[in-house]
Amino acid sequence: MSTESFYAAMRRQGISRRAFLKFCSLTAASLGLAQNLVGQIAEALETKPRIPVLWLHGLECTCCSESFIRSAHPLASDVVLSMISLDYTDTLMAAAGHQAEAILDQIGEKHKGRYLLAVEGNPPLAQDGMSCIVGGRPFLEQLREVASDCLAVVAWGSCASFGCVQAAHPNPTQAVPVDRVIHDKPIIKVPGCPPIAEVMTSVIVYLLTFERLPELDRQGRPKMFYGQRIHDKCYRRPHFDAGQFVESWDDEGARKGYCLYKMGCKGPTTYNACSTVRWNAGVSFPIQSGHGCIGCSERDFWDKGSFYQHVTDTRVFGIEANADTVGIAAAAGVGTAIAVHAVASAIHRGKQRAGVQHSEGEQV
Amino acid sequence: MSSQIANSAQLDRSGQRIVVDPVTRIEGHLRCEVNLDENNVIRNAVSSGTMWRGLEIILRGRDPRDAWAFTQRICGVCTGTHALTSVRAVENALGIQIPENAHIIRNIIQLTLYAQDHLVHFYHLHALDWVDVVSALKADPKGTSEIAQKISDWPLSSPGYFRDIQDRVRRFVESGQLGPFSNAYWGHPAYRLPPEVNLLAVAHYLEALDFQKEIVKIHTIYGGKNPHPNWLVGGVPCAINIHDTGAVGAVNMERLNLVGSIIERTIEFIDKVYLPDLMAIASFYKDWIYGGGLSSRAVLSYGDIPDRANDDSAENQLLPRGAIINGNLNEVHKVDLRNPNEIREFVTHSWYSYTDESKGLHPWEGVTEPNFVLGPNTRGDKTRIEALDEGAKYSWLKAPRWRGHAMEVGPLARWVIGYAKGIPEFKEPVDKTLTDLGLPVSALFSALGRTAARGLEASWAAHKLRAFHQRLIANLKAGNTATANTDKWDPKTWPKTAKGVGTTEAPRGALGHWVVIENGKIANYQAVVPTTWNGSPRDPKGNIGAFEAALLGTPLAIPDQPLEILRVLHSFDPCLACSTHLMGPGGEELIRVRVR
Repeated sequence: MSTESFYAAMRRQGISRRAFLKFCSLTAASLGLAQNLVGQIAEALETKPRIPVLWLHGLECTCCSESFIRSAHPLASDVVLSMISLDYTDTLMAAAGHQAEAILDQIGEKHKGRYLLAVEGNPPLAQDGMSCIVGGRPFLEQLREVASDCLAVVAWGSCASFGCVQAAHPNPTQAVPVDRVIHDKPIIKVPGCPPIAEVMTSVIVYLLTFERLPELDRQGRPKMFYGQRIHDKCYRRPHFDAGQFVESWDDEGARKGYCLYKMGCKGPTTYNACSTVRWNAGVSFPIQSGHGCIGCSERDFWDKGSFYQHVTDTRVFGIEANADTVGIAAAAGVGTAIAVHAVASAIHRGKQRAGVQHSEGEQV
Repeated sequence: MSSQIANSAQLDRSGQRIVVDPVTRIEGHLRCEVNLDENNVIRNAVSSGTMWRGLEIILRGRDPRDAWAFTQRICGVCTGTHALTSVRAVENALGIQIPENAHIIRNIIQLTLYAQDHLVHFYHLHALDWVDVVSALKADPKGTSEIAQKISDWPLSSPGYFRDIQDRVRRFVESGQLGPFSNAYWGHPAYRLPPEVNLLAVAHYLEALDFQKEIVKIHTIYGGKNPHPNWLVGGVPCAINIHDTGAVGAVNMERLNLVGSIIERTIEFIDKVYLPDLMAIASFYKDWIYGGGLSSRAVLSYGDIPDRANDDSAENQLLPRGAIINGNLNEVHKVDLRNPNEIREFVTHSWYSYTDESKGLHPWEGVTEPNFVLGPNTRGDKTRIEALDEGAKYSWLKAPRWRGHAMEVGPLARWVIGYAKGIPEFKEPVDKTLTDLGLPVSALFSALGRTAARGLEASWAAHKLRAFHQRLIANLKAGNTATANTDKWDPKTWPKTAKGVGTTEAPRGALGHWVVIENGKIANYQAVVPTTWNGSPRDPKGNIGAFEAALLGTPLAIPDQPLEILRVLHSFDPCLACSTHLMGPGGEELIRVRVR
């Protein structure tokens, strides 16, 4: 990939200066920015071929960074060398200590309002924020500072999006998702523990290609990857509809690839791209490898009972109560399962439209 | 102001204090402070884990069959190893035996992690301490090609290939946006590689970044995804179906072929790229003998990669179990994780409190109350720590000790123990490496020795992968396709109370999980993790941990540019998310946070 600037590339393709500025203006609008920032965006695109990205780490396990470097298309090496300027990330950067911290200040000054903030992990509020100390200060402070002049925030993974494991009950460090401390910036949530590598890089490339935020759902997730349930695109779905379930690990049904619903699969309540994009360049995904989905991209997935329980009366499903009675591929049950399933889906869609809001005041 | 420390030389806190925070290219958050004498040699070292997440308390009251998923999220770099430790702990508590195939597949998943994690560590977390990226621009690609072809028959070695890489790096550098390479220590006098070798290493940095994602596909096949594949108490979740209808929904011939081909490519990459690079780079740093620390005096390994299923004896571990203390390599001590007098954790210098902090606690009885206080000699305060007071509490890590000794764990510890036991598959590669480099055995006890042991281990793991894959095929051929034992899946079959221990050797060292189950739920969970051993703060007797010990005596060429500190710390491959934890009554009132 060439390193010419966006502006140079656009002019080369016959775009006028005027059209270019209009494009910058639209970009500002779509990013939710004031129009007085158009000049800055124009300057950035004229002079800076690669958008600076500052990738901060709070309380996390680094699975998001690890997932990111698993991306097959584009390769992580191409993203880092040719698409963005990954100026700060604890995990990969060569510099350390004050030389590393200086980069945050340098980018913050030089590219004020024009850099992306990526956040992996989350800030803890307990102990005055000192359960996560970076550079001798609470991570919370660093996060607020770096966020203050960023263009937009990408919340990587379930930690930054929803809280994830350290925020599971009783959340001893009071870890909170990024949107609980950053209120004045657009935030794209890319949940999952971790998110699929190609979903992560696709979000980045989408921002670069279309110069705007992707369409987000009510929870702030890109609709293109989080718009559908794993269950609805699952290749084992016909077995669900036919009432053919794995009843016990390594039974006949397991060997035949039956539906894992009774083993606690959360595919029916999980919105993610695992059953379509799949994992690690499409090799497999949890259900294909015989274990139910644990719902890792859903809010509070750690606190919804055991991963092996299928909840028989969830607020979004009626079918589950019937899965038991449908039994092991009983022919009589097949019709019932399909019929009930259709009803359940309709109910579910209704609830979705009604928008069951998470109470914002409660602990995450 | 100098003081004698139990297990080390004098510590002298009088000289210039240098702070490195954040220590980058690690997992998690680590702070390091050192004092330098007038010759810029480190005379005092302070290592502080600066995060904790409280996962153990979160585990209380939950279903033990779910614990693997929680504990796996302790770390996404050594993904899987905590999950394996967890299912072993729960199975140990409940007396669950697993089928032979499950045992083999678990070993395959663990060995896959070794190969990938060690590779990523060498190239992406450690290499830039030895390799000067900017110097690679001065290289003659023809010279790089000659070196590459001399040390390996890896096919990507033409002058044109290296010229293209160099052009790409040049364009990147000339853009003025150095991304992850900005503000680093390029041109530092401690870099010693000729430009041609730097270019070789940069090319392989990029190749390894692309290749590591292939290795982990083995996790995806057996566990559905990576990072964080899925596990199962009682076996593995992936059913096997070789002959029958529906085989596409299980492990079948195509899946096995994919695993087999990834294993062969992994062996090739490690043996033809990683190991030759390691040797080439080491040959220019033969006299950089710093960073040995405790490795020649006190090392510990729990052992791992059990040969036969359901046998936790030391003899059954292909990676050896044992402890060496007082620098006596002629005696490898037995290790018992259940013995209350062996492993104990201290909190004298940790941000937790015990009722009696002069004593350590075995993980069975471990209690932890967070207690974040800065000592009287701290410079700065909670809003900005300038310098820690190591005379008081200064880290979120506890200080684990084995029979009172601070121990080093990890690849070097494992290989030293294997060497000391005279096991040929450990001794011979070590001897050959030393002979090829013309170095004495003592050279092993250094940062570079640690890095070399990790490389040898990556190769060992890749070849073991092949052996276990073949064993799985042989099992299937013999008609054995079981992958899970569900006799005790139902909590109704469990005793009212049960205690268990699970161990692995994580890529970074000895890892143990202790679980107490009461009425079908987790009553207590405790993990003692490799970096807790290596990065531990001082104990009541003043013994220092492996990081701190390894830093002592290391000279800095430019005090303001901590390249040598990074070299030593990175040789351990620190993992801080793993090493900080909390259990016990953390029942403070949770503050409600107002949202927009």
